Amino acid sequence: MIVLFGVFLLSLMVITALAIVRTHHLFVAVILTGIFSLLMAANFFVLDAADVALTEAAIGAGISTVLFLGALALTGEHERANASNRLLALSVVAVTTLIVIYATFDKPRFGDPLAPVHQHVSPWYLEQTPEVIDIPNVVTAVLGSFRGYDTLGEVFVVFTAGIGVLFLFGARPPPRSGAASRNSAAPGQGLRHYLIPRVVGRLLIPFILLFGLYVQFHGDYGPGGGFQAGAIIAAAVILYALLEGEEQALRVLPHKLLIGLMAGGALLYGGVGVAALLLGGNFLDYSVLAADPIAGQHLGILLIEAGVGITVTGVLLSVFHAFAGRRRV
Amino acid sequence: MELLGLYHYWVFAVLLMIGFYAVIAKSNLIKKLIGLSIFQSAVFLLYITMGKVDGGTAPIIQAGVENPVFSNPLPQVLILTAIVVGISTTALGLGVVVRIKEEYGSIEESDIQEIDRR
Repeated sequence: MIVLFGVFLLSLMVITALAIVRTHHLFVAVILTGIFSLLMAANFFVLDAADVALTEAAIGAGISTVLFLGALALTGEHERANASNRLLALSVVAVTTLIVIYATFDKPRFGDPLAPVHQHVSPWYLEQTPEVIDIPNVVTAVLGSFRGYDTLGEVFVVFTAGIGVLFLFGARPPPRSGAASRNSAAPGQGLRHYLIPRVVGRLLIPFILLFGLYVQFHGDYGPGGGFQAGAIIAAAVILYALLEGEEQALRVLPHKLLIGLMAGGALLYGGVGVAALLLGGNFLDYSVLAADPIAGQHLGILLIEAGVGITVTGVLLSVFHAFAGRRRV
Repeated sequence: MELLGLYHYWVFAVLLMIGFYAVIAKSNLIKKLIGLSIFQSAVFLLYITMGKVDGGTAPIIQAGVENPVFSNPLPQVLILTAIVVGISTTALGLGVVVRIKEEYGSIEESDIQEIDRR
């Protein structure tokens, strides 16, 4: 039954992807991308990846759609229909699809517990987590502690991408005569004149923030953690900005604070690593942070997850404001 | 049933190539980025599919459950962070597209190449 549900979801995803590529209206394509991500999240959930499903739902269906729409507002919604090398592209794609499908016949069957991927280090993580770290969520344990180096790297990639966007938008847009001057009428207003979104949004925002904090601090015990929480909290603030206008949102969380969050989270993560070094352990070895190694692991994971959440929130919000605050040329 | 066991991988192949088609055949830069994110999602799907174990549950250890079967946590960790990194790099790409629009006045590849040739 679950397999059939999975097949249904996957087929829907292929149809959505085809529709995304075929449409010439970019607005439609972006909204379909949101639907695609939601289907993908449902599919991840069916495949037992609750943490990943939560991330995909918050990021793919929420923030990514908002960012794409922000970019569309600056670049235009229509794609010109010109297909010069369409046949060549189609044949390349068709041949490659067939090769990849041919290759799949050598893959272990879906759900096979004897597949090579389940034989190597994974059983070790499942065995060691209760003993060494003693938190229920193995994904968080691997992410935060066993593979803390990787996650630190990812956080810095996110941080760098945020800096990159701010850097790109630091350049002033070239002045355009005539058309450019009349666009200062609308911004800052948000949906303030629309009663229903405003009332519903105001009701929702506190609960979204609360849920974000729950996901942040409950990540050791259930699906969740810094990445998801950061995205959810950023989504709540973006909703606020959409309802009340850019400027009001910037008054609550000013640019400087956002940049501080971006750097502060990454620094907190790195700082925990250095603290472990100073206390006589290895870099990011949390066992030395407290008298009891397991309590040290708990403390370390709590701190680095907080660092991840802070950086992700800061980066996503800075990027959103960079797009939303840009004047269209 | 034997073939149904490969259906996830076929969907991965098809999605991957749909995304790739958008990247190579479309001339609109935003459409290319959308294609890139479909491509990326297909890779995520491949990893998560490989982690699934028959009759397993999400890898969250619960007390009092006898002989639990867990799906593989490792691909999940990789993809979890990859999604967030993916959105950051997509945002960077969108930033570049917006800057191109501001400097060239167009985000169609053919227009940009023509302006560059002048």
